[in-house]
Amino acid sequence: MATESVAVPVATPLRAVERSQWQMAFERFRAHRPAVLGMFVLATLAVLSAAASIVSPYDPDKTQLLLIYEPPSIAHPFGTDDLGRDLATRILYGGRVSLSIGLLAVTVAVSIGTLVGVTAGYYGGWVDSLLMRFVDMMYSFPRLFLLILFGVFFKGMTIGVIVLVLGVLSWMTTSRLVRATFLSLKQREFVEAARCVGATDRRIIVRHILPNSLAPIIVAATLGVAAAIIAESTLSFLGLGIQPPTSSWGNMLNHATTDMDKAPWIAIFPGLFIFLAVVSINFIGDGLRDALDPRHIVRKSG
Amino acid sequence: MGRYVLRRLLQALPLLFAISVASFAILKATPGGPLAAYEGNPDFTEQDRLRLEHAFGLDRPLPIQYLSWLGSFVTGDWGYGFASHQPVLMLIGERLPNTLMLMGTVFVVVPLLAIPIGVLTAVRQYSIFDHAVTGTTFTFLSTPTFWLGLLLIILFGLQLRWLPLGGVSTPGAPFDVVDRLRHLILPVATISLVQLGSHVRYLRASMLETIGQDYMRTARAKGLGERVVVLRHALKNAAIPLVTVIALDIPELFVGALVTEQIFGWPGMGRLFLDAAFRSDYPVLQGILAVSSTLIVLANLLADIAYGYLDPRIRFS
Repeated sequence: MATESVAVPVATPLRAVERSQWQMAFERFRAHRPAVLGMFVLATLAVLSAAASIVSPYDPDKTQLLLIYEPPSIAHPFGTDDLGRDLATRILYGGRVSLSIGLLAVTVAVSIGTLVGVTAGYYGGWVDSLLMRFVDMMYSFPRLFLLILFGVFFKGMTIGVIVLVLGVLSWMTTSRLVRATFLSLKQREFVEAARCVGATDRRIIVRHILPNSLAPIIVAATLGVAAAIIAESTLSFLGLGIQPPTSSWGNMLNHATTDMDKAPWIAIFPGLFIFLAVVSINFIGDGLRDALDPRHIVRKSG
Repeated sequence: MGRYVLRRLLQALPLLFAISVASFAILKATPGGPLAAYEGNPDFTEQDRLRLEHAFGLDRPLPIQYLSWLGSFVTGDWGYGFASHQPVLMLIGERLPNTLMLMGTVFVVVPLLAIPIGVLTAVRQYSIFDHAVTGTTFTFLSTPTFWLGLLLIILFGLQLRWLPLGGVSTPGAPFDVVDRLRHLILPVATISLVQLGSHVRYLRASMLETIGQDYMRTARAKGLGERVVVLRHALKNAAIPLVTVIALDIPELFVGALVTEQIFGWPGMGRLFLDAAFRSDYPVLQGILAVSSTLIVLANLLADIAYGYLDPRIRFS
């Protein structure tokens, strides 16, 4: 056949770059500069807090009566507090408490929220109405008020109790997101197909529908960490959360209301770290939203 | 419209019922129960306890207890505070006006600022103004209310000495509107700046979406001025969902008020709640929780009705 003699210009073969959904999302996330910056700041805070005992030469609980309310200096970069303790050191140790509470509380919240959302969305009917009315009710209470009430019940809270209580009070957003995915997907053909080949409810829920709500859950969970950190620090600031001598970013501001005329640094620095952590997490959440939901970007630029 | 309002009202009822059950449960869950005040009193014997429980009906079945509690709650008998021995309703009544003044001012100030700022950022998308506002709102959204309050006190109260550090008015001074307003500025700013952030961001997104609609092109094609197009055609549609956002933010408003009242020594319901918390004064805690959640449900109801009025499509869905 003559076709064999036709000279085909030898082009470099097109290399199909195979990228999974997650790789593409990761690349979009990397392009989101504030999110990357947030990641960097948050990681720094986490590492410094975790390594507090190595980073700081001071004992966070050692009181120095001769060093009460020392202004910031080279020895004490953020000054000292009402008992002469090094503020910078206490902030690092407080970071352990505040950051882990934020992370753990959201883990609890997402677990409860997913469970409720799946049940309501997949089974529908009266179960759905009942659960959603319950969600409405939970939304009608100011969250901090309930937190304070639990604080009273438990007479000051340990980290474990705060994590549980915060989790129990913050699952509603996740449950609504998960329910919405299930409502919109459970009648679709791929679910029907799965059911036809004999997949169990459990398999349909876990393997076929739930992965579709992963993206919104991840975004909501990230923003939830920021909200949980604010909630914990507010509660501890009011004196009903983490109890001294354990430091949290919130309870370090306890004395600020009375003593900030003498020592404004005790009001400024712990709050600054809450702010840094929260702003970083919110940026990361923004970046994740853009990365995981391409439609969101299209709408934004449209 | 009448049917729509009625339907919304009927939907609010189960919610109010659930809230009342939760409030009742709180009182029942009190460590030591409603007789906790006698706990630890050596003269208070087991017989006394049984006698009081019978006298107060605490030995009757729970649903009966709930109904009798609900009856007295609805008729205004909210019990007495453990700490002050005054009627709870009176204690709350004394403080509620201060809180409502704070929240009411925020409620007026925030939309008044949010609407023009939100419109401008959307109309001039990606301008320097837009970037500045977007950055600022993001910052305020990430600032804990209590820290913002402290910073405002340090800056405007302690350093610049422009504004009072706290309280409702200068102690001992005769009533003076200017003095009152000066005391309002910092607490209101503390709550507003955080809320402002969320409303501006929402309105900006909503405006951008509206501006892309076909009817906007039609309006321009008709030869309408840019001002009319933006304000009459875009803003009117974009602002409708804001009603819901404002209503959904009301629980946050209560939280903001509580924190702000504590920082600024503002004698409102939030501080009463905190003081009650430190004294484990359950009747007061329960009363305030009931008042605030009922107000939240009512506000949502009003927002839904307003939404139905502004957007007829909602009424028929």
